[in-house]
Amino acid sequence: MATSDVNQGSQDDDVLQVAANWLQSGKKVALATVVSSWGSSPRPPGSQLAVAEDSTFVGSVSGGCIEGAVVTEALAVMESGETKVLEYGVTDELAWEVGLACGGQVKVFVEAVQE
Amino acid sequence: MKTAMLDQILQDQEAKTPVALATELATGDQALIYYDKAAGALADKPGVLEAARRAIQDDKTGTVKLDVGEIYFQTFNPPLRMLIVGAVHIAQPLSRMASAIGYDVTVVDPRQSFASPERFPGISLNHEWPDDGLRELDIDRRTAVVTLTHDPKLDDSALGVAIRSEAFYIGSLGSRGTHAGRVERLKNEGFTESEISRINGPVGLNIGAISPAEIAVSILGEVTDHLHAKEKKAAA
Repeated sequence: MATSDVNQGSQDDDVLQVAANWLQSGKKVALATVVSSWGSSPRPPGSQLAVAEDSTFVGSVSGGCIEGAVVTEALAVMESGETKVLEYGVTDELAWEVGLACGGQVKVFVEAVQE
Repeated sequence: MKTAMLDQILQDQEAKTPVALATELATGDQALIYYDKAAGALADKPGVLEAARRAIQDDKTGTVKLDVGEIYFQTFNPPLRMLIVGAVHIAQPLSRMASAIGYDVTVVDPRQSFASPERFPGISLNHEWPDDGLRELDIDRRTAVVTLTHDPKLDDSALGVAIRSEAFYIGSLGSRGTHAGRVERLKNEGFTESEISRINGPVGLNIGAISPAEIAVSILGEVTDHLHAKEKKAAA
């Protein structure tokens, strides 16, 4: 099953605090969260990325492979207000698509944080 | 997610209240679930409340397939704790590094001149005799205990409490010879072999550590190894 022991030691607890600070300063914010991962994906479920409307972000959902694509999706979710589930798999070197060089698979839930 | 829900999670973390955030992936519906209460419509769906409470209990975060659909549970438990007995030199880098990793650190030492805020800025200090101090701190299965004094009066009294607790890691500084003497003394005090074998001694991974900071790294390496032992086994 796609669950993982996530203790505070490996949890990105500062990410939520930064998200709250951004909201307080009037910025729009979206959260992206790893909800399941398989294979050699580098970040376990619970890993999070907070994105502000100016594209600045904190945290991570991979070793850096998919953050760019997730930020773009997060900006769209911020506007639409609709949640989204993204899935990324192994990189096909022949295709110009975003993937995980590590060979893992990851599912990411993206949501706006709003009133 | 509602802003109010985010604020609530942050407040719960501050108050060290265990909570799980449940999210239905298909709809984005959410609930905050505690041991004794819940907020959010998702908590009313069959199976969600029970699965969330199990997730908190097991300290697990991940997606679970329930009859109602795929639900993601993110648990927010209070930080792991490290109780360091002996406010000696090694305790200084160890307490700083353990804090950086995310541990809630308390240094226990009845010698107030050793366990002083000047030597341990920002670290909780307990000045009780180690056995009383550790009992007071209520060791659970998310706690690591490390004794560093070398002094049998202090270390042994702490270890006697630690080896009968649920601590996920117990380590004791000292050479092989020192540790053999410690094992002998604990045996004579009536502790069983399986209790005594829970003590990691000499403490830390063998990485050739020499300086206090390096010894702290070797201890934290061993603590991390114990923390994730189950996952490591599952992945092998």
